[in-house]
Amino acid sequence: MTIYYLKTPVREEEVRRLRVGDIIYVSGVVVTARDAAHRRMIDYVKEGKTLPVDLKDGVIYHCGPVVSKKGGGWEVISAGPTTSARLELYEPTVIEEVGVRIVVGKGGMGPKTAEACSKYGAAYVTFTGGAGVLAANAIRKVIGVEWLDLGIPEALWVFETENFGPLIVTIDGTGRNYIEEVVERAKAVKSKMPTKFTQSTFP
Amino acid sequence: METIRRAVISIPPDIKEAIRKAYLEEDGEVAKAQLKAILDNIELAEKLQRPMCQDTGTIIFYVRVGHSFPAIHVTEEALIKAVRRATQDVPLRPNSVNPFTSANTGDNTGRYIPFIHWEVIAGEELEFTVVPKGGGSEYPAVLKMVPPGKGVDAIKEVVLDAVLQAGAMPCPPTIVGVGVGGGADIAMVLAKKAASLRKVGTRNEDPVLARLEEELHKLVNYLGIGVMGMGGRTTALAVHVEYAHRHPANYPVAVVFQCWATRRATATVKPDASYTITQ
Repeated sequence: MTIYYLKTPVREEEVRRLRVGDIIYVSGVVVTARDAAHRRMIDYVKEGKTLPVDLKDGVIYHCGPVVSKKGGGWEVISAGPTTSARLELYEPTVIEEVGVRIVVGKGGMGPKTAEACSKYGAAYVTFTGGAGVLAANAIRKVIGVEWLDLGIPEALWVFETENFGPLIVTIDGTGRNYIEEVVERAKAVKSKMPTKFTQSTFP
Repeated sequence: METIRRAVISIPPDIKEAIRKAYLEEDGEVAKAQLKAILDNIELAEKLQRPMCQDTGTIIFYVRVGHSFPAIHVTEEALIKAVRRATQDVPLRPNSVNPFTSANTGDNTGRYIPFIHWEVIAGEELEFTVVPKGGGSEYPAVLKMVPPGKGVDAIKEVVLDAVLQAGAMPCPPTIVGVGVGGGADIAMVLAKKAASLRKVGTRNEDPVLARLEEELHKLVNYLGIGVMGMGGRTTALAVHVEYAHRHPANYPVAVVFQCWATRRATATVKPDASYTITQ
């Protein structure tokens, strides 16, 4: 297990170095995107339109924050990760077409994302689910917000972060998928369990 | 409003204790780091008075209203207004979305939302528990109508499969709520109450079900999914089972997950409108 401190934009060779179980901290620009934002990004790519935020060598964060208006800007109150599995539908395309290097979320992603990570040099890393205040603490300021018409949770929030982490490398550039490995092991454990309740438990 | 605020900011003492215990028992490096982050987050939320998790959930009320509580006719309206105010003031994330247009109402209210479960009891007081239920832990919920002949063995199968299917999605360590019998809707409501309302450390008062809870808890943790799916000793802080009598032809088994960030607070309101909040 190695600890890395990365700054955005992140270069491909920096990502290729990461291995599952490593811990990273990210400083620089982190952009939130959930389901609706991913869908729209893919529409933009298809139509050849330029995204409102440059995500080449960038960091995407599966997060719908709690924010409040403060003065002329925004303050982030709580900003933990959302369940990444829903984004499995879109993430491989976003990694390929948009050139995202690091995807931050929670709960794990599937084989298509793992394949895209190894093919294009990206990593999926996880932040502790539910730890919204801890995450907000690493956000220095809100640089901007795009696509607010999608609603507060679904908009693209552009954050400036300082040592955002610890983020655990869950899918690395070799295509290893840490959470999937844990769940596969658990399935093997279950298959060896007796299917009947023991006599002592249910007389 | 204050009850909602308390629920989203301060974790109930039974949950905090259970997480601390899991932290002390854990020996895996990654899992321990995750539990440390959770405990740090709980402290920080308390200190800064901010919602512990950005997903402040769908607001569910479990109301027990005394038959002669004087404000019974305005209770529903008051609860809905409280949700609107809490969304502004705490603040909460607006989580109420039309399933067909995807339009967000912006204030956490909408058709049937907040959902209010009503129970009428004797007396003149109102007691309600608010449960802001996160979306990530709701996502892997399961209802299976199993063949009645399989009986109790099927419960084990359904629960373990649900936990495997859920993997890291519901933010483990979770509380696994299991509802058995009644009918499709009844099993689901019981499972959710078991997950979100019942305190960790309590056992079903029926000794057979208490043993079932213990056995399921051991089996779930034996799977080794661990905190946030990173492997380790604790996948669930508890397994709670509730039941209703069933139709001879049906054997509903429902499983609902409660993430570690269990948000719940209870208010008791006296006829003179004075109130106390407990967790």
